[in-house]
Amino acid sequence: MQGLQRLGRIGLGVFERLGRGNLFLLRILAGIPAVLARPRLIGAQMYSVGVLSLVIILVSGLFVGMVLGLQGYNTLVDFGAAESLGVVVALSLVRELGPVVSALLFAGRAGSALSAEIGLMKATEQLSGMEMMAVDPIKRVIAPRFVAGLLSLPLLAAIFSAVGVLGGHFVGVGLLGVDDGAYWSQMQAKVDLREDILNGVIKSIVFGIVATWIALFEGYDAVPTSEGVSRATTRTVVHTALAVLGLDFVLTALMFGDV
Amino acid sequence: MERVKAVEIGVGLFVAAGLAALFMLAMKVSNLSMAVDEGYELMARFENVGGLKVRSPVSVAGVRVGQVAAIEYDMETFEAVVRLNIAAQYDSFPTDTSARIFTAGLLGEQYIALEPGGAEESLSPGDRIQLTQSALVLEQIIGQFLFSRAAEGANE
Repeated sequence: MQGLQRLGRIGLGVFERLGRGNLFLLRILAGIPAVLARPRLIGAQMYSVGVLSLVIILVSGLFVGMVLGLQGYNTLVDFGAAESLGVVVALSLVRELGPVVSALLFAGRAGSALSAEIGLMKATEQLSGMEMMAVDPIKRVIAPRFVAGLLSLPLLAAIFSAVGVLGGHFVGVGLLGVDDGAYWSQMQAKVDLREDILNGVIKSIVFGIVATWIALFEGYDAVPTSEGVSRATTRTVVHTALAVLGLDFVLTALMFGDV
Repeated sequence: MERVKAVEIGVGLFVAAGLAALFMLAMKVSNLSMAVDEGYELMARFENVGGLKVRSPVSVAGVRVGQVAAIEYDMETFEAVVRLNIAAQYDSFPTDTSARIFTAGLLGEQYIALEPGGAEESLSPGDRIQLTQSALVLEQIIGQFLFSRAAEGANE
């Protein structure tokens, strides 16, 4: 009986949090028009969310592309199909690795920072202070960060994919001797603008919304102590990673699979 | 003030780099010029389409002019109905154009090759290509070959 009660309490807790998260998202969405009227707020956040994530995205994209080039070449050369290396590299990056890995890196680099920042604002009662001054913290603090994350992740994912394609080119063409023309022409023949690239961009927009939403909610909902903030930061990274990977499967099945 | 300016320049560079990457993906990685959205449709019936798929290329004289838009099965004639989407600039195929399904390389993907005939009039959008040749199914050919060899052996 007691076990059942505990299970029920946990279940209620989960649903309560889920509900609060959804209401939080609705309040953010309601606050977006006010933010669009003051684009300078978004600019400052784009700097901390997007520009400062640029280095890790560039370096990871380059190395992921290089590894894809190396592994793809080793497999393809057995079938005499090393010319298809460009297709392998570009499709893996544009469809899957670009959006997913950027979202994971984004959660680690920008999402955790957002959670910690918002959580500390709450712990030091800056958010309540704003409310006392009749400034809505959702509109002034949360929504600009949400818009910045939503805009930054697709751009970061595009940069990741583009750099990865160049990395694959460097390894495949530069080091392993795949024909330069074949690398690009096969890629152009097989990669479709709408089916592949546009769907990849849609994926990264969805991930941008989810990653930023989780990060902001965890911060906003954190227990206002130093321990609570540290837990919120951890939860942000874990939950974002799980949500992104799970959603990626759903989106892939919808976009590319005939499931 | 200097600090705000630096932040704004940073964001500007970031957005520009992101858009440039998207542009590169669109132009260099995918083939933007080959989008055949504003094309017209032709139809052809095949006994067997083999491994032909939607988005398989349609080419004339080796030049890609369009792609397969849809493949359906006709219950009444027991044939496959293939709809071809041809780019708008290629709009004058003679009415006796024939369509064949070929394979690129031994194990490559299958595509439709159109061969223009000599008729005066040209096909208009929605028309059916009358002359078609089905895909060659490798197992069938090997089977026929073995069968004929066996028959020769029996005759001798």
